[in-house]
Amino acid sequence: MTSNNPAVFLLMINGQIEAADFPEYDDLYCKYCFVYGHDWAPTSGLEEGISQITSKGRGSQSLVWNFPLDITFKSTNPFGWPQIVVSVYGPDTFGNDIVRGYGAVHIPFTPGKHTKTIPMFVPESTSRLQKFTSWLMGRRPEFTDPKVVAQGEGREVTRVRSQGCVTLQFNIVTKDMKKLGYDTTSIEHSPARTPQQL
Amino acid sequence: MSSPSDVREKMRKKRRELQESLGRVRDDKQALVASDWDLSQDNGHTAVEMLAGGQEDPGETLRRSMMAKRMKKKKKLLKEMPVESPPDEEVTAVPEQDRPHDDDDDDVQPVRDLPPRPAMRPGSSQSETTMRQRMTEKLRAAKSKAASLLEQESIIEPASRLQSLRDRETLTRFDRDTDPDLRADEDSSFTARLKFRDVARRATTDKRTEAGLPTAEEAYNFFTFNFDPEPQQQPRRKKRRPGRREAEEEGEGEAGEGDGEDEEEGEEERECEGEEESEARDEDAPLVRDEDEDLFLIDQSAQDFLEVRRAEYVDYSRRLQRERDTLFVPSMRTVPASSKLAENVRPRYLEEEGLYVGERPHVGLTNQNILENRILKQGEGRKWFGDDGRIMALPDPIKESSSRPPLFHLEDELDPALQTAYRKALKSKHVNLYISGMGDPQSDYQLDVDVSGLIFSHHPLFSREHVLAARLAQLYDQHLTRQHKSLTRLLTDKLNGLRNTIHNMLELHRGEALSQVTQQRMAEYKQEVRHTRQLRDVEQDKDRALLKSIIRVWKELKALRDFQRFTNTPFKLFVRREKVEREQDEQECEDDIMAEVEELQAEMEEDYQKKMSEYRRQHEEWKSWKRKQKVLKKKQKKKRQQEEEEEDEESEEELGEEPEKPDPPEKPDSGSLEEQVREKAARIRRKPGEPVLIPELTVSGPVTPNEQCPRAEFARREDVSKRALFIKVLYNDKEVSRTDSRALNMDFRVHFGQIFNLKIVNWPESIKLQVFEGVGSSSTLLVEVCVPVPESSVLTGSAPSEEMEFSSNQRVTFNHEGVGSGVPFSFEADGTSTQTLLTSGKLSCCVSWAVGEDDVPLAPPSSQPGGGMYSGLGQMDAIACIGASSLNDMKKLGKWAAESRLDPNDPNNTSIMQLLSVVSGGDVAVPEYFRLEQLQEEFNFLTDEELQRSRRFRLLRLRSQEVAEFRHFKCVPSMEREISQKVFQDYEKRLKDGEIIDTKEHIDSHRALVAKYLQKVRESVINRSLIAKHHFMLSDVVSEDEVPSIGVLGWNLFKLAEPKRPLKPHRKERKKVTAQNLSDGDIKLLVNIIRGYDIPVRRLHTSKPPVSAKSGRSFTEPFAAPVLSQINQQGSEWPFGQPLIRPFVEVSFQRSVLQTSAAEGPNPCWNEEIVLPFSAPNGDYSSTSLQSVRDEVFINIFDELLSDVVEDERERENTIHTRIARHWLGSIKIPFSTIYLQSRIDGTFKVSTPPVLLGYSKERSLGSEGGYDTIRSLSEGTFLSLFITIEPQLVPGDTVREKFDSQEVERLLIASEVFEKEASRQFPDRPCLSTVIDINGKTVFVTRFIRPLNPPQELLDAFPNSPQETAELVARYVSLVPSLPDSVSFAGVCDLWSTCDQFLTLLAGDEEEHAVLLCNYFLSMGRRAWLIIGSAIPEGPTAYVLTYEQNRYLIWNPSTGQHYGQYDIFCPLQTIGCLINSDNVWFNIQPYAAPVRMSFDVSKPKLWKPFFSRSFPDPGLSSVQPEALVYRRTDKAAAVELQDRIEKVLREKIMDWRPRHPTRWNRYCISTLRQFLPKLELSGGREVAEEHRLELQSLLGEYTISGFPLHLPFSEIRPIIEAVHSTGVHKAEAPNVEFALAVHVHPYPGNVLSVWVYIASLLTAQ
Repeated sequence: MTSNNPAVFLLMINGQIEAADFPEYDDLYCKYCFVYGHDWAPTSGLEEGISQITSKGRGSQSLVWNFPLDITFKSTNPFGWPQIVVSVYGPDTFGNDIVRGYGAVHIPFTPGKHTKTIPMFVPESTSRLQKFTSWLMGRRPEFTDPKVVAQGEGREVTRVRSQGCVTLQFNIVTKDMKKLGYDTTSIEHSPARTPQQL
Repeated sequence: MSSPSDVREKMRKKRRELQESLGRVRDDKQALVASDWDLSQDNGHTAVEMLAGGQEDPGETLRRSMMAKRMKKKKKLLKEMPVESPPDEEVTAVPEQDRPHDDDDDDVQPVRDLPPRPAMRPGSSQSETTMRQRMTEKLRAAKSKAASLLEQESIIEPASRLQSLRDRETLTRFDRDTDPDLRADEDSSFTARLKFRDVARRATTDKRTEAGLPTAEEAYNFFTFNFDPEPQQQPRRKKRRPGRREAEEEGEGEAGEGDGEDEEEGEEERECEGEEESEARDEDAPLVRDEDEDLFLIDQSAQDFLEVRRAEYVDYSRRLQRERDTLFVPSMRTVPASSKLAENVRPRYLEEEGLYVGERPHVGLTNQNILENRILKQGEGRKWFGDDGRIMALPDPIKESSSRPPLFHLEDELDPALQTAYRKALKSKHVNLYISGMGDPQSDYQLDVDVSGLIFSHHPLFSREHVLAARLAQLYDQHLTRQHKSLTRLLTDKLNGLRNTIHNMLELHRGEALSQVTQQRMAEYKQEVRHTRQLRDVEQDKDRALLKSIIRVWKELKALRDFQRFTNTPFKLFVRREKVEREQDEQECEDDIMAEVEELQAEMEEDYQKKMSEYRRQHEEWKSWKRKQKVLKKKQKKKRQQEEEEEDEESEEELGEEPEKPDPPEKPDSGSLEEQVREKAARIRRKPGEPVLIPELTVSGPVTPNEQCPRAEFARREDVSKRALFIKVLYNDKEVSRTDSRALNMDFRVHFGQIFNLKIVNWPESIKLQVFEGVGSSSTLLVEVCVPVPESSVLTGSAPSEEMEFSSNQRVTFNHEGVGSGVPFSFEADGTSTQTLLTSGKLSCCVSWAVGEDDVPLAPPSSQPGGGMYSGLGQMDAIACIGASSLNDMKKLGKWAAESRLDPNDPNNTSIMQLLSVVSGGDVAVPEYFRLEQLQEEFNFLTDEELQRSRRFRLLRLRSQEVAEFRHFKCVPSMEREISQKVFQDYEKRLKDGEIIDTKEHIDSHRALVAKYLQKVRESVINRSLIAKHHFMLSDVVSEDEVPSIGVLGWNLFKLAEPKRPLKPHRKERKKVTAQNLSDGDIKLLVNIIRGYDIPVRRLHTSKPPVSAKSGRSFTEPFAAPVLSQINQQGSEWPFGQPLIRPFVEVSFQRSVLQTSAAEGPNPCWNEEIVLPFSAPNGDYSSTSLQSVRDEVFINIFDELLSDVVEDERERENTIHTRIARHWLGSIKIPFSTIYLQSRIDGTFKVSTPPVLLGYSKERSLGSEGGYDTIRSLSEGTFLSLFITIEPQLVPGDTVREKFDSQEVERLLIASEVFEKEASRQFPDRPCLSTVIDINGKTVFVTRFIRPLNPPQELLDAFPNSPQETAELVARYVSLVPSLPDSVSFAGVCDLWSTCDQFLTLLAGDEEEHAVLLCNYFLSMGRRAWLIIGSAIPEGPTAYVLTYEQNRYLIWNPSTGQHYGQYDIFCPLQTIGCLINSDNVWFNIQPYAAPVRMSFDVSKPKLWKPFFSRSFPDPGLSSVQPEALVYRRTDKAAAVELQDRIEKVLREKIMDWRPRHPTRWNRYCISTLRQFLPKLELSGGREVAEEHRLELQSLLGEYTISGFPLHLPFSEIRPIIEAVHSTGVHKAEAPNVEFALAVHVHPYPGNVLSVWVYIASLLTAQ
């Protein structure tokens, strides 16, 4: 990739799904996947992943996964910038594995370290009776495809309930974006500064 | 590295032994100490240790492990100690180190004894505790720690320490376990320890302070010591523990001995302390350094391992205590009132004092108590309480009853009062006149109309006296009003005032030169005086005239009364005289006159002066003019001029004399002036000294009673008494109310005194009062009075009553005394001086706006400009509202505004002022247009041209438009140059192709056109569905379980109780997958081939035909029974003992071909599953795309033929050399769309076998012969049991949720909807159809499609004698029209039905079209026919045709032309949903839907539910079908041409398929076949088979022929190629194989073509 006229730019993402905060639930695991446009292609790394089941610490309320993300995309067009879709699952009172939340966020486009907190939500049952039976049978409504949370189409027919949040950390490295004319770093933003020292 | 630890271990062992020996003795002590600690509860650690000491087991193992860890740590620790000697030296070094440590111990003992927590550290108390107590404390602490310390320092016990050790033996070995831990604790609390030392020191000093003065040391400390806050806290804590000390002292009593020792030690310690202190005083540094050295090191290293420290445990009671400091549980008890109020304040209850206190919201008593307690706990809690000692609270905001009553929606019963009724909207004329703001309910406006009464000034019933009296009254009224105004006096006063002013001014200046201003003012005053004087004179004149006329009229009245000798009116006039003082009066009069004269003189003077100046000016002018004239005319006309000059001079003289003229009259004038003035005064004023005359009119006069009147007068009076009057009030020309009718009085006054309150909604436009006069019941309109609509400020109460004058021009005459109206009459007896009077009078009324209850005027707001005066439109038009409508020109408006001097501050004018300011503010050029996005250009990314030119943007745009070629284009290059033009080639080509018809691919131009048309329809439909695709439903996005119905739930519950049957597996429902996240390879097609029936068997290739074959068979039977026996006989002749047949099945789909193993026999059983991959076109797995997949699954049955090719017989023993050949026997093809839509296909299918299969024959013979048995023979054939499905199961896309418009009657549509819904509810698996969608996308009732239509005449003529054969031919004709499922062409949309003519034009259609056409043909042939809507295999929901003839029902498959009897078990029709003919639709409500088990008698309503019934009769629907079909005779030449082309194409294809072998064509065979094909067509492909075979065999005896004719309806060439390819004839790979291919195209009318392809492979027999 030493050519002066690159045809693609690269977006390298590494980071982790750090922790989640689901006040009432425990023993959750999460899945992630990326949604991206036609012009994007992953060059290395895992596009999808499923984490371990984590339980809450005794004192703490957060569920820590520290699940690493490491993926590199190449693209010719910023349209369809990748989004990460996180869906969290866990057992209910009867031990059925049910969904606890969906959420999506765009991958940050400025290089540097970013911490994102995604609020999560789950689709609601269509009626009270449905709700009851789904609770009883442990078959809550789910999105047919978790990727719908990353797109706007068809969302108007759903009703959702918010359900906690997930914290993600991204370290972004981009390559050749500027050469292709996409300037994502603004002057105000200095990615070098991290809030490590309080 | 282990050596130091070893040494330590040894030491420890020794110590343990020692301790154990001691421990046995000291049991009681241990208990005591334990209890002590329990009591003290001061140190968590020690307590735990003690507890652990008490109960060894549980913690022991843990501790051991902990210890092991710590040992390791210790090793590291030792390593890190740089000061300490290397391990080898350790052994020796230890004793050396002992020394200082020992000393240390002695000295620092109290310090080191400290428990790790400084908070609970026992220590010296400053004030109260005795020395001894303090010592006890210390000792106790020392006991706990000493052992550990010893150990930790690795000290070999000195003898002197034994004493203390004895106390410490309780700690035994557990102590050792904990010691590293303790050390860490201590290390961490090292600083605290230092602090403590200071405390200890200070404690001693404190003692000294108690004793006396501060010592020098104390002073030293004071200045050098760094005071920490902590030591100060410690003593305080210690104070809290006196109680415990007491307990301890009790303990002391018990263990006196120990205590004694303790004491000793304590004293020792004290001494040590003293030492230490002195040391600290003298040389602080060395001691600290000693300690520092090792402690610090430990401290430092221990910190690194902090995290491994044992978990802290805070025991419960301690935690409770700690929590007590921070936590607080509010009590639930009632708080005493005293604590809630300030001291000495009695609760004050406002309620009792009579003040209103709202009801407090209800709070539970306990909650309230809790809250109060909580509040009180806070610092300023009291401010939350009110005077009454309760928490302050606002009154309960919740109302008792909800303000809006709940509305229950009971579906069936609604309160009739609440039921809505439809009222047609009424258009009001006055819609625009509604008062704005009527919407809000507060503003109801009310007009009060007060009709107080009316007085007639003339009435037809007036007598003459009345007329005079009325006049008198009128005059008197005038007089009164004049007097009331007293204008004369007013003017007189004014005049006097002015005169005085002038006089004063003159006085003031007294002859001095008047200033300009004063002169000006004087002039003005004088002018004013003159004006006023004139006015006064006029008024005085009027007064006098009025007085005179009053008196005159009164005299007349008196005369009349005398004349007629009765009195009608009570009027009486008195004239009162008021005497005046004569002299004064005269004097005043004289003064007045003199003043007037003076003024007049002055005026005249002034006048004269003015004239003089005027004259002078004129004179000057004249002079100058004259001079000029002189100069001009001197020469010419001297004489004349002279004369003229003289004349002029004369006139000049006269003029010149003029100024003198007024001078003389000055004096005589003054006299005349005075005279004039006096004369005038005499005329208009009373004479001086004359009494003032004041007339007074009274109504006290007696009226002559009726009896004394003459008859005429009596009649008049009678008439009057009969009259009654009432008034109607009209508002906006509508009568709103009327007054009571009142009788007319003698004095012609009517009093009503009624007030009408008008609640108004519309703008008031007019208010009218109509006066009606009636005699008896009839009434006539007398007069109409318009009352102005009051201003909004005119309110009831303050508004004065107005008198409205009215008059009427009606003519009334009477024959009695009444004077009438509009007719002349006279007062004089002789009838002279007549006068005419009209009815007139005064109506007194008052219209005003009402005032509401709370003094709010119920008037429309005045801000509505001109609200009442103008129409409501005024509100819309700012200009119109000011009364200047149609003032469109702004300039004119401005001019008008300037002229009319509008008050800019008047709120009424705000709007116009604003308008004017805008207009005048600047010439704002308002553009003629309006732009939405003014700045769009600036934001444009590129110009449109550039956007068009750029390939990249074009690509991106096409992709986002979802153009088929680019829909899934990945990675559009980032640079323009990387996109080649090739990308667009296909797309552009397609666009271009839109216009050109590709004849190459379609062969037939007609079909090409049709294809084009279909393509266009498809595109438009697909575009429509693309839009619909973006409409999501919840089920598309969210997968949610359906709520199970009660029945299902119950069944499930029932099933729970069911015994488990592991050997009876249940079919599990497969999970359905929506085609969203699928990719290539995810979908597989599963074909399960179970078994076959009646597969043709081989026939031995003998050159001689069996003789018996021909004779034993009927003509209609293609396969002969004798053949069977022959084969059986010959079976043994096969070289390898091969069975009759070895069939296998090959499934090809999307060019991937898989096959089963070969089974044996004509009824084989394979039971194999074949898995074929499926890939969607363009990788698009959306349901639309899947539905439009046009691939078909070909299932072919082959016979595997093994032939021995071993050439040398000798090799046969050890070599097997076999050639495998395969012969095609038949095929089934199932479109993928069928599988996709039905998700699974299960059943036994008929294999379409060629009519002639060379080398094979049917094994089974036929049953009985005759009549219609041909039908049964037809159903005989080869069958295959299959199960086909897709894995994973795909959910077929829903049809477009779109309501199509229709031309049907709404009622019919509703009925059909109900019909279908009910049908699907009752029998969900039976298809029901009543409305369909035609090709234009409109809903059409299905019966409209059924109409008898003529089949081509050719077909009818073919078999004139056999109706059955004709029917078959017609069916065949219909089946020859190519079938094209709608689901393919109109993916995801719906079934489209085309009419028969459209169908025949398009030459493509679904089963419905075929069925409709066939049904129509049958109807025209005079048969009873119905359309069957049902489901069949493999088509799924489909349409068949039912005919009834010769007492039996026949079911026709329109797509194949086959027909089945009702009881034919091989009939593919499985379910019958409904029957349709041109009159009605019948839905099957029988228990069974299979044709075998049902009755087709539609007249039975129990079995068939008709759509049109008696309750809903057929409205007589006209058909959408044409009257008759016109068939175009197909061009035979074109058919022949087509035939040649197909043959050519096929030959090339076959050669292509055999790339590695030469393909030889057997011409002889080909020609034979070609001759044979037309025969096949004529016979329908049956009869000639055997004959043909024999013929072929005779001709080509030396060859082994395998081949067959294929028969296809013609649509395109592609399916033909596919069909030929699927037979696999080309795969024959024998070296000497030859091929034969013949094609025949038979044209039927209407361009329907039947294509026969005969393909055969020939193998030379050796």
